[in-house]
Amino acid sequence: MTDDRRQTTDNRSVGGGNGLPSPVVCPPSSVFEYTLRLADNALILGHRLSEWCGHAPVLEEDLALPNMALDLIGQARALYAYAAELEGEGRHEDALAYLRDAGDFRNVLLVEQPNGDFAVTMIRQLLFASYAHPHFEALAHSRDATLAAIAAKAAKEMAYHVRHCGEWTIRLGDGTEESHARAQAALDELWPFTGELFEVDATERALVEAGLAADSASLRPDWDRTIAEVLAQATLTRPRDAWMQSGGRAGRHSEHLGYILADMQFLQRAYPGAAW
Amino acid sequence: MADKNWPLWEVFIRTRNGMAHRHAGSVHAVDAAMALQNARDVYTRRGEGLSIWVVPSAAITASDPADKGLMFEPTASKIYRHPTFYDVPDEVGHM
Repeated sequence: MTDDRRQTTDNRSVGGGNGLPSPVVCPPSSVFEYTLRLADNALILGHRLSEWCGHAPVLEEDLALPNMALDLIGQARALYAYAAELEGEGRHEDALAYLRDAGDFRNVLLVEQPNGDFAVTMIRQLLFASYAHPHFEALAHSRDATLAAIAAKAAKEMAYHVRHCGEWTIRLGDGTEESHARAQAALDELWPFTGELFEVDATERALVEAGLAADSASLRPDWDRTIAEVLAQATLTRPRDAWMQSGGRAGRHSEHLGYILADMQFLQRAYPGAAW
Repeated sequence: MADKNWPLWEVFIRTRNGMAHRHAGSVHAVDAAMALQNARDVYTRRGEGLSIWVVPSAAITASDPADKGLMFEPTASKIYRHPTFYDVPDEVGHM
């Protein structure tokens, strides 16, 4: 347990009632919730990328995609371990990853979208990483020392994802007629899932004000800039910001998540506690 | 699409312990920027390097193995080119 968190917990007894402004109250359960959101995003997207292993169009990309998957699964492990510690109910990181059902997952809908063709996978990764990179950079300054340390490491990993997927998006968009059409179709298909990335609910707002969480909403201009630069070079058209899908953080998922969990959780469910 | 295969690039990596870049292998890539990323993803997964060079394989001019005789054998008889004929004083120690 970090000093920062103890201090946050202590804050609950201070202020209010005596004319002082009420301090921001952030019970450990809200840090748990936030950590779980980050972990679920990383795990589900990591699983999606791992589905490419052995199926990528060329050897080089067959290594690049699992490399990115392993970055994300590594982030998920660190975050789940911390979430389990915050929860304090003796659950292990594996229980959070493998023994929760779809309604308990807190990932954004973007990361559970199917891999589609190569363009869909690359553009999904670009859209997410361009959000996650500045998010982790900001979170690296969190007053929660554990989250800050995880974020500092993850920020570098996500920076590479932005670069790799950005370069691919440029080449697909500014490539052949077919690659351009597929890249534009992928962008159009995934765009309605980007709004959810920047939602900040009351739980997260309180954590932001307490200096514990990164403020997703304030990162929007960073994301817009990164995406605009890539799309300009890729000669792709930014879709209109119309209706945005939402609900992942409340546990309302697309049907895709159930299939992911069936695949991912089968072993632990069929053989509880199996290890190697 | 003119070519089915992407161009080939030779990959050189400088390891952590300094030293010069050493040939690590090759990758296919559409251009130099992607070749660098592919080299990173294929050859530095276990912390092998701190710097990567990629060079188009086509840019390398190689000696012909058939020329081995005229290129390399004449040196075999010139042992005096090896610095092994000096008496090194004991005080110098290990060089």
